[in-house]
Amino acid sequence: MRYDAVVIGAGMSGLAAGIRLAQAQKRVVVLERHSLWGGLNSFYKRAGRRFETGLHALTNYVPRGTPGVPLTRILRQLRIPYEALRLAPQKGSQTAVRLGSEILRLEYSNDFARMQGSVARLFPAEVVGFERMVAALPGYDYADAQALAVGARQRLGEFIRDPLLVQLLMIAPLFYGSPTEHDMSWAEFGVLFRSIHLEGMARPEGGIRGLLEVLLERYSKEGGELRMRCGVRSIRHERGRVLGVQLDDGSELETDQVFSSAGLVETRALCGMERAHDEADVGRLSFVEVCCVLDSLPETLGHDATIVFFSDGLPLRYQQPPDFVEPRCGVLTCPSNYLTTSPPQEGLMRLTCPARHASWVGLEPHEYAAQKERAVEAMLDSARIFAFDPRPHTLYRDAFTPRTIEHFTGHRGGAVYGSPRKSRDGRTELEGLSLIGTDQGLVGVVGTLLSGIGIVNQTMLRPTGGPR
Amino acid sequence: MTHDEIVIAIKDIIATIAPDEELGNLAMDVRLRDQIELDSMDFLDIVMELRKRYGVQVPEEDYMQLATLKGCVDYLGPKLESKKLVTHALKA
Repeated sequence: MRYDAVVIGAGMSGLAAGIRLAQAQKRVVVLERHSLWGGLNSFYKRAGRRFETGLHALTNYVPRGTPGVPLTRILRQLRIPYEALRLAPQKGSQTAVRLGSEILRLEYSNDFARMQGSVARLFPAEVVGFERMVAALPGYDYADAQALAVGARQRLGEFIRDPLLVQLLMIAPLFYGSPTEHDMSWAEFGVLFRSIHLEGMARPEGGIRGLLEVLLERYSKEGGELRMRCGVRSIRHERGRVLGVQLDDGSELETDQVFSSAGLVETRALCGMERAHDEADVGRLSFVEVCCVLDSLPETLGHDATIVFFSDGLPLRYQQPPDFVEPRCGVLTCPSNYLTTSPPQEGLMRLTCPARHASWVGLEPHEYAAQKERAVEAMLDSARIFAFDPRPHTLYRDAFTPRTIEHFTGHRGGAVYGSPRKSRDGRTELEGLSLIGTDQGLVGVVGTLLSGIGIVNQTMLRPTGGPR
Repeated sequence: MTHDEIVIAIKDIIATIAPDEELGNLAMDVRLRDQIELDSMDFLDIVMELRKRYGVQVPEEDYMQLATLKGCVDYLGPKLESKKLVTHALKA
């Protein structure tokens, strides 16, 4: 069968790419190996309850109609009305660090003044430097080559003298999407700081699942084809040009345009073009995540923060830990702490901490379960320090590890933020093969949607046909 | 299509791709992107809709011709002469 385009993966970027292609009346199919869509931002069912993965939130929140920002652009390009997302803004979030017996909390919300106020209270001497830093942030377009080459910590240090504030400012952006340990480029920091702090965070009322349903509906309305449980075994090519894909069941689809969200190293493997440096290109950051279903809402237990990025002590250990999990830093989120019109019936706390993929693979089932319990208990001890202890209120809990992530996303090493090597223009060594999603290098839900849109626009929707 | 209908056709396409924009008072001879929020991605979509709705191909080198409503009428007039107006977003 012949298609104008084949998209690998029904995650955010794949669905966005599919919608754009279908809108342009291309014959397109999105192929998904699993029985659920969503990829890194997905959902699953356990014990009759639905759980979500990922941060449960969208960054880049802006009010309806705000011009020239990512959220407005993706909605327009995908022709999704703003109201369809039913966005509930965050109540307020924080970066919390314990130093000795004291916990320092930098607070922020969708009103940037709250962050400015918090900086002024905690670091009165840094107010001017902080404002100068904000004014100097690079934009969304990654056009500044210099900003891509310099580390964020170094640039922050040029504006802000107190190294403690520099450390605090790094925590949320790192956890929100850095594929590299400890630091990121100043360009990436600019995008993340804008997305999280200058714009803001919100949750679709229907959760990530609701957002995915909106995307699927758009895609099918435009006439796109979606095949579930349909993995790609290989990408066929000849003389540097894509010819088609071979599916897991051995059948073939012909096409000269493939958009792959499988990841950089994973896509190379699909092409039979493994490289000696593949191992080094596999991302090192993966996570253990636990979801606790509670008998009360966190708010009634005295915790009303939406998201808490935490670190017990400094420097921050945003890195692959030496073994199973690093419980001393992570992200804690309560999906009921958004300004929602439909209050949730059950309380939920979700906690995510860095983990080492290699520790989790190859364990026998009973050993795996035991290690998971140990990891989760250590993580919940951190929850007690920075928020509250969910254990006395837990009705049910479920956890997953880097092994689970690798299985369901196909990302080697369970690397949630993909490879440290990004292909910002989406190009690969093959003509007709483009990367979209995590390894194209845009982060967060909005970023990855924009990735699918942007790469399709650049490769297929220009009237002259070829790329640029 | 008459010239007036071409203006409606363009406004309808813009209303489809940018439903939040106010299109009532668009001037004919001022650049569209100076009057409403339209970027190059949106221009791709205008061209895409012209192809879908009316089978009209606009090569990339002619994009400049579509900068104003008057430009659209001048450039698309001959191409849309025999076509019937299609509206999706605007009420007739």
